[in-house]
Amino acid sequence: MTRIDHAGRRFRDGDPVRVIHLGKSGHVRIPFYVRGKRGEVVRYCGSYLNPEDLAIGDTGGPVVDLYRVKFAQRELWPGDDQPEGDSLVIEIYDHWLEASGHQEARA
Amino acid sequence: MQSEENSHNHIHDDHEALIVEDDAGNLEGQIIIDALQSVLIARGLLTAPEVAKAIEKLESPGIHQGAGIVARAWTDAEYKDRLLENGKQAIGDIGIAVGEAQIIVVENTPQTHNLITCTLCSCYPRSILGQPPSWYISKAYRARAVREPRRVLAEFGTVLPDDMELVVHDSNADMRYLVLPEPPANLADLATSELEALVTRDRLIGVTR
Repeated sequence: MTRIDHAGRRFRDGDPVRVIHLGKSGHVRIPFYVRGKRGEVVRYCGSYLNPEDLAIGDTGGPVVDLYRVKFAQRELWPGDDQPEGDSLVIEIYDHWLEASGHQEARA
Repeated sequence: MQSEENSHNHIHDDHEALIVEDDAGNLEGQIIIDALQSVLIARGLLTAPEVAKAIEKLESPGIHQGAGIVARAWTDAEYKDRLLENGKQAIGDIGIAVGEAQIIVVENTPQTHNLITCTLCSCYPRSILGQPPSWYISKAYRARAVREPRRVLAEFGTVLPDDMELVVHDSNADMRYLVLPEPPANLADLATSELEALVTRDRLIGVTR
């Protein structure tokens, strides 16, 4: 199989996750519109040097796991009238994610 | 390329200016770059041929490479499977040097449409397709493609049925994306060159189908 695998990663395809609010400034690649939002892991992308470190010249690692996470458009923009099936997929580094039970009541 | 830039019918007037020119026709950015290059060459850090070579490398990729990838996937099911599984590997296999960490190819089907954007900057599969169009870099496209994607698509003349699922892909980190459009109905009747001619930049980004 050519698909990247890494046995020690925290999340698997299909896992429900939530993007956490890290109070980090600088070259952060996680846009505000997904912070606090609940989605589902759809693909593991491998592990990469953290852009938050690279931006300040720190190329020593460690590498961090990167996942593609899918969100319903209605989760991202709850006030909008977007079709139920529409979604958005974005890449999120491991340290911005926490496990999330989808059965929880949504805020 | 200019005719292709203007081939879709939405209005370009409100895009951000990318080039600032003074009354004498000098480009502000070019003046600064020329001065920087002179200093770097004078210090022995750079040579003019190195600069020319870097520019050539930046400008040699283009839509023709994306068209070749799509035409191959349309006519070779085994290749299409490999392309969707590992884009960088499959694209490298047909002789295109991919500079990005990974290429994720997303497939349009009768039920699904894919749209690519980069909200944080202008990430684009440049080693394959060359430089992105100016509207792709504009703040308006980047913000609206995630907030009201169906309205953006409609401005490109792409009106999706309500029951078709739209998936927007934000290239915010290490992956880069290509859309694999749907093949034409008369696929079997067309030669490779005719298939390639059907693949436009806008279809590879997903603003058209």
